[in-house]
Amino acid sequence: MLYQQIEQNKRKTILLVLLFSILVIGAGCAVGYLGYENIWLGLGWAAAVLVFYVPITYMSANSQVLRVSGARPATREEHPQLYHIIEELCIPARIPMPKIYIVEDPSPNAFATGIKPEKGAVAFTTGLLERLNREELEAVAAHEIAHIRNYDIRLMTISIALISVIAILADMGTRMLFHQRRGNSNKKTHPAVYVIALAFIILSPIAARFVHFAVSRNREYLADATAIEMTRNATGLKNALIKISGSDLNVLRANKTTASMYISNPFSKERKKQGTSWFSTHPSMASRIERLERM
Amino acid sequence: MAWVGLGIVVIVVLYVIATYNGLVKLRNWVKESWSQIDVQLKRRHDLIPNLVETVKGYAKHEQETLEKIIQARNQMLNGTPNERIEADNQLQSALKSIFALGEAYPDLKANQNFLRLQEELTNSENKVAYSRQLYNKTVAEYNIKRESFPSNIIAGMFSFKEEQLLTIPEAEKAVPKVSF
Repeated sequence: MLYQQIEQNKRKTILLVLLFSILVIGAGCAVGYLGYENIWLGLGWAAAVLVFYVPITYMSANSQVLRVSGARPATREEHPQLYHIIEELCIPARIPMPKIYIVEDPSPNAFATGIKPEKGAVAFTTGLLERLNREELEAVAAHEIAHIRNYDIRLMTISIALISVIAILADMGTRMLFHQRRGNSNKKTHPAVYVIALAFIILSPIAARFVHFAVSRNREYLADATAIEMTRNATGLKNALIKISGSDLNVLRANKTTASMYISNPFSKERKKQGTSWFSTHPSMASRIERLERM
Repeated sequence: MAWVGLGIVVIVVLYVIATYNGLVKLRNWVKESWSQIDVQLKRRHDLIPNLVETVKGYAKHEQETLEKIIQARNQMLNGTPNERIEADNQLQSALKSIFALGEAYPDLKANQNFLRLQEELTNSENKVAYSRQLYNKTVAEYNIKRESFPSNIIAGMFSFKEEQLLTIPEAEKAVPKVSF
């Protein structure tokens, strides 16, 4: 049931925050040790970054994604059909009407944002609106609304924020290493601990990314399933995904960080890959379509 | 031992309260989702005279179809939930024949007003369908809680009544299986 989905997502968010916090603190300790032979100093930094950076990202994530992607609000007069479709879908999803945005881009894609349903927003590229018929557009909108109502975006936002914290710390760590090699002494550093700290700094951003992508891929399958539970129409989504994956265009203003927010990978090269790797933001189109056909 | 007894009593009381509140919540969701259907039926009811007026000018020979629509429209706002849904089903098939008229009268099909009304009615129709779906899902959830053990004891104590599902053959919309 969907309500269990939501509860599960909220629990997963907490678990994810804990897991990432351990990674951040670990990376902080490693940086402190390598740089100043003082674990506590690194720990302090990590804690400071966690306390300030994460809540700020969390609160500004909504407007940031919309700004970065160049989305502008859609008016009801301009896009009556799109408004109708979203209004319709809010009924089975039982969420308030999200804001609707348009991204001027010939590549067909869509994303949703909003850390809770009351602040939800959905954005569609002009390429998507041109290519899809009402049924397919409804399916894509249902997928995005599924992300909002399942609290996927909260999970993804926090995960992105934490990844960047770990990336910052790892970056600091690598800079220090260079600095030290040219500097004079690090006699007090025990070689074994040194290696562990080094490994931590190199591996923690990779591990964080790995977890993030795994969570992201899983959410895509679930949003597809929720969308079909709402619309009771698997064909619409299947056709929409086929049309989207068939495009050779990249979403111009998408970047690595926002890529996981889109319904399909915004970079056509990634989108056309056959298999699903550990570092894919989305499951492969083939496997999504296959699951839709089985429903 | 007294503490253990007290603990059990506290747990039971808390359980009764939580279950009672859960049932009340679900019962209100059922009411809310019915009123959703009501709102949408009313909206469609309001759109129909405009549609009939638009079509009249183009399709003078289709008097019978138009009369059928008006008749079904008038039945829609009275009666029990299931009667009203029945009237709505008749209206829906009558509306389909109106939109089919668009094919026979190219001028009508190109009429902006007709196109706009067609989109509005599609919107209304979808909303009715989604509201029904939500209503049935909510009723099912309520009834499951009302009937399953041990929450049925509490439902019985406070006489929570069974809610009726809307029974419409949804031939075109088969329910897909969602399994993971």
